[in-house]
Amino acid sequence: MSTLIPLYIIVPLGTAFITVFFAKWLPGLGKYLINLALLFLTGLTIYLVIHEPQTMIYRVGGFTDVANIPIAIFLMIDGLTKILLLIISLVGLFVAFYSIKYTKQYTCEGNFYTLFGLMLAGMYGVVIAGDIFNLYVFLEIASISSYALVAFGIEKQQLEATFKYQILGGVSSLIILTGIGFLYWATGTLNMPDIATQLPKHDTFNIFVSVLLISGFGLKAAMFPFHSWLPDAHSSAPSPISAMLSGVLIKAIGIYVIIRLFFNVFSLSYEIAMTITVLGTLSMIIGVLLAVGQWDFKRLLAYHSISQMGYVFLGIGIGMLILSTGGDGKIAALSILGGLFHLMNHSIFKALLFLNAGSVEYRTGTRNLRKMGGLASRMPITSATSFIASMSISGIPPFNGFFSKIIIIIAAIQARYYLLSFFAVIVSIITLASFSKVLKYAFAGKTHEKHNEIKEVPVSMSISMTALALLCLLMSLLIIPSIREVFLTPAINVLLETSQYSVSAIGI
Amino acid sequence: MSNDNQTPEGMTIVVKKICQFMAPTIFLFGIYITVHGHLTPGGGFTGGVIMASAFILQILSYGSFLDKLQQEKWHLELTESLALLCFLMLAVLGLLLATTSVFFGNFLHRGSFGELISGGIIPIGNIFVGIEVCAAISSIFVALLIFKDKEA
Repeated sequence: MSTLIPLYIIVPLGTAFITVFFAKWLPGLGKYLINLALLFLTGLTIYLVIHEPQTMIYRVGGFTDVANIPIAIFLMIDGLTKILLLIISLVGLFVAFYSIKYTKQYTCEGNFYTLFGLMLAGMYGVVIAGDIFNLYVFLEIASISSYALVAFGIEKQQLEATFKYQILGGVSSLIILTGIGFLYWATGTLNMPDIATQLPKHDTFNIFVSVLLISGFGLKAAMFPFHSWLPDAHSSAPSPISAMLSGVLIKAIGIYVIIRLFFNVFSLSYEIAMTITVLGTLSMIIGVLLAVGQWDFKRLLAYHSISQMGYVFLGIGIGMLILSTGGDGKIAALSILGGLFHLMNHSIFKALLFLNAGSVEYRTGTRNLRKMGGLASRMPITSATSFIASMSISGIPPFNGFFSKIIIIIAAIQARYYLLSFFAVIVSIITLASFSKVLKYAFAGKTHEKHNEIKEVPVSMSISMTALALLCLLMSLLIIPSIREVFLTPAINVLLETSQYSVSAIGI
Repeated sequence: MSNDNQTPEGMTIVVKKICQFMAPTIFLFGIYITVHGHLTPGGGFTGGVIMASAFILQILSYGSFLDKLQQEKWHLELTESLALLCFLMLAVLGLLLATTSVFFGNFLHRGSFGELISGGIIPIGNIFVGIEVCAAISSIFVALLIFKDKEA
């Protein structure tokens, strides 16, 4: 089955190039093609998750190892990768379906879908690359197409946001490339499983490179001290793109790489684990405090992305702390489960919230919560789905956000990090308050006079939102052990057995 | 503002004549760098940039009209995406034709080391990359020119 792995690169790239080639003759081709492509890739991913439990390795170009040194470019799919592939495909599919009507307002729709395809190819590439330089190349493909997509409407605000995003993105890419350069210098290889075996253990060099890579990928993931670009970029972008950026991009090119590098490539160290945990906690608290005061619907959501990413880092970080100090493996597994589960859940409900905000903007033309009101009677589907997403992000049962948050909190208590679990509870309560504000000002109350004429959004947009809302409920089922074993347990095992990554890839 | 009989102003006759001599040479050098990518330093990207510089030199010295530029830009975009598709197809052909049947697999004779026709699919890949980069760099330049003309 591993022969199917390159399809994750071929299909989105092919879609993008075919779209731009036929843009003049068949302007509507791109939007349908990308939907078909994502439908196919979603099916392929679900098939792989269910039928291929073991790690799959693909050597591009068919170059075999020379004297036990892997010289080919590796593409690898293991449990952790599959989770990311699943959320990229699922969220991408619904966002692409939503975009069919939404992008009618732009003059060159074809370019939108070309860039969208390139961004997808970049994200798939980052996730399946087993080679750190190719990871960097795909990361740049994903980032550069996202810079262009943020500015797609070419309004003043969007250009300003994308400029800021490009500058900080460029800085982070430079830091990452420097880090990769140092790694190559020290180990003489770019293959990640091979780097893991060649890397010198516990010395200042490791810490130096780790700091470079944490700051670089932390910037991409909008961790606390590096978060300033995110609220601008994610709130000004066209709404489907905001959903992709907040829902998938920051996870695929930020959090995923941090998790992969610091669990599987570098040996676990207490210092790095502490850094990730502390930065995660700070992101969680500061993100939500900045979000409460916002009146711009999408800006508020963007600040909540920072805060929710903090939860993911908290879960992963506590797991790392326990593993690096040789604590109870069961608690570490629980904590990592919480982090990864929240990563999946966040991609679904945050994508849905951005699509809701997009629908409201599509009909009312404003993002200011004060100028909305009473939209529940005019836009019932948008209102209902955003209620579900809000309850989900605030951690109200039976929606998915509740289960992942409660797992993180229980794990923190079991690991005796009482303060961290206290913060996690408090932040969740503030999140609820913040979303009560959204629901009250946007959807409850009396309808504004100028909004008396508005209708519900077109069917394709409603279908996407409804499907994501259903997923918010269905994802709760992942907590059932037999389902969890298929989706989440393989990913947790990849992280718990840290050296298994190299063993399965190159046999060392 | 433009019709077929009129020619754009451009630069002086000295510059134009020199460019007439230089541009083909530069273009040829670009082709040389591209097709020798597997033997000598350089390759598709470098060669493509050199080829694009020949076009840019001509546009700069002879001047241009806005509507011609817009047509040119479309052609460049078409060439670019076609070259990219060809490159992707080359990689996929490896999947279909190569004995190992892998992505980017080699399905041609490797030849003997040091000869121009050797290296399997790598020189062909270099040629597609060269065309792609040449078209991309030129279209960026043309886009900037169009932007400047529209501003004026």
